[in-house]
Amino acid sequence: MELVLQDVTTAYGDKIALLNVSLKVTPGHIVALVGPNGSGKSTMIKTIATILKARSGTITIDGSDIYRIDPIDLASRIGYVPQQYTYTLYSTVFETVLLGRRPYIKWTVSEEELSRVQLALEEVDMAESAGRFMDQLSGGERQKVFIARALAQDPALYLFDEPTSALDIRHQLGVMATLKKITMEHKSSVVIALHDLNLAFRYADTVMILQNGAVAGLGKPKDVLDPDRIRAVYGVEIRIVENEFGQFLLPVHQSL
Amino acid sequence: MAEKPQPNAAMQVTVHSLYHAGRLKKIVLLAGLTLLLLAAIVHAVSSGSVPISVHDTVVVTAQGLQDVLAHLFPPFASVSIPPPDNPQAALIVFGFRFPRILLAILTGLSLAVAGTVMQGLLRNPLVSPFTLGLSSAASFGAAVAIVIGPAFLGTVFASTGDNVFIIFMAFLFGWLSMLLVYGISRSRGTSQSMLILAGVVIGYIFQAGVLGMKYISSNDRLRDLVVWLMGGMWGASWNAVIILTPLCLGCFILLERMSWDLNTLASGDDVAKSMGIDVERLRLTGLMIATFAASCCLAFTGIIGFIGLMAPHICRMLIGNDHRYLIPCSALLGASILLISDTVARTIASPVEIPVGIIMYLIGGFFFLFLILRGRGRGLY
Repeated sequence: MELVLQDVTTAYGDKIALLNVSLKVTPGHIVALVGPNGSGKSTMIKTIATILKARSGTITIDGSDIYRIDPIDLASRIGYVPQQYTYTLYSTVFETVLLGRRPYIKWTVSEEELSRVQLALEEVDMAESAGRFMDQLSGGERQKVFIARALAQDPALYLFDEPTSALDIRHQLGVMATLKKITMEHKSSVVIALHDLNLAFRYADTVMILQNGAVAGLGKPKDVLDPDRIRAVYGVEIRIVENEFGQFLLPVHQSL
Repeated sequence: MAEKPQPNAAMQVTVHSLYHAGRLKKIVLLAGLTLLLLAAIVHAVSSGSVPISVHDTVVVTAQGLQDVLAHLFPPFASVSIPPPDNPQAALIVFGFRFPRILLAILTGLSLAVAGTVMQGLLRNPLVSPFTLGLSSAASFGAAVAIVIGPAFLGTVFASTGDNVFIIFMAFLFGWLSMLLVYGISRSRGTSQSMLILAGVVIGYIFQAGVLGMKYISSNDRLRDLVVWLMGGMWGASWNAVIILTPLCLGCFILLERMSWDLNTLASGDDVAKSMGIDVERLRLTGLMIATFAASCCLAFTGIIGFIGLMAPHICRMLIGNDHRYLIPCSALLGASILLISDTVARTIASPVEIPVGIIMYLIGGFFFLFLILRGRGRGLY
């Protein structure tokens, strides 16, 4: 599935949060959105998910305008994992993942729906916790369940809003590896907002840097995440360090 | 996940068996609650200041059914049913007890379902028709009708007799309060906390109105008002049952149909929107239908508290969060609790009848304490 944003602007009342952003996402690619707090990463994710409505510009999926696609049909094509997760008491893991099948379920739950849930849980290595309650899980496990919910939704495009921000480094790498796997195996596309520049550097095919809602850089990680641009956007000096695992960004100190 | 799913056989047991086992448990539970309600009905029919034996209860019920059926299919008239031991049984059962039992069932059902749906729509376990200002608004409507209605409408009021004006005002204010609450919260953004806060505040404002009405009321009127505010099944009549039955069942069906949307809403507004649900519309229509059902019943019974808060909580613990099962569960449990409370209220000090609220609030209050104490460990509060 090909997602194209053309000059998209989104605003909260008078405050413009995203200004004339254009982006093309091709199948099997991971696009990372980076930028300081309040730069418009979440706004962009929510705009693509149609949670917020773009004030101007066009967003198309395989050539058709997302606002003209039936919402349920659109929901079967776009899976969204929010930054802040919500669940209710007495909900189990598999019930939460089953909600990902909402666009396909009319009333009864078929065997195939259950199989999809099972597969999604296996994919994030949580199948053995299927019967546990959500409030019994750790933050990292919960995040995996929400990723499983998006997997169960079986979309062609995944939208993740900082899925790793609450996780320890082990789980961060686990989540990113899962995303890499789904894009490789299912030719799905991923748009992911990230705080950690190194994760973006390592896993993304394309990086978009946002600053005050506008695009401050777009391209391959190596081309975009250079010391000059990061100094301009974040006000931080970095060094690019290379070792046997590849290149890494090392923040040194705040710019003077 | 584009390919056909082929989970390995050993693992498949988990989600599938969990789902099916859970479903079976829920169906058994619903069947059990249905039996509880039926038992409560039989008990309520036979107990009271004039005890009616189970034999007579069955006999007069059969006779009543026969009358109706014979009307539709004449051959039924020839079936012979022995007469009841107590010649007054038919009058007591049909004239007094059945309308009252049915009113208690409809009210308990509607309040519990309304509470369940409100909690689901606002993702807040403390929401109920009470906390959203509905009950206070309905009280105010009734207070206006009771205290200044006669002076205002004069002879018209006197001629309508049957408290129609009180019922109408209570319903009208109850329902309008939700529009008001929703309108206020919409003007300040769309957060659920704002809606709940607006409900609480509107509740207090109407409460002020009720106090004002009490203050200016004459002694006779004050007594009527206090009785109405205490709530009870005194207003039971076949007319009330005939009006309420289609309204309550209609609302129940409409709300039950929202089950999957309510389930999805538990994942948050944003996720629900990304799943193709029009969250604003769902919240408005859901609140309006739930309020409509609750207001209709409160208008006839006066203020019946706690059931809208208590029944959903017990049911969530028993049956989980799937609204397809949770809503019917609440309906059955709400109906049972109110019917049992009402039966206790009218028999415990027989022939004197005490307000059902006293029984209900005691049950509700202790349950609430239990919730708070138990909730600490589960992260509820």
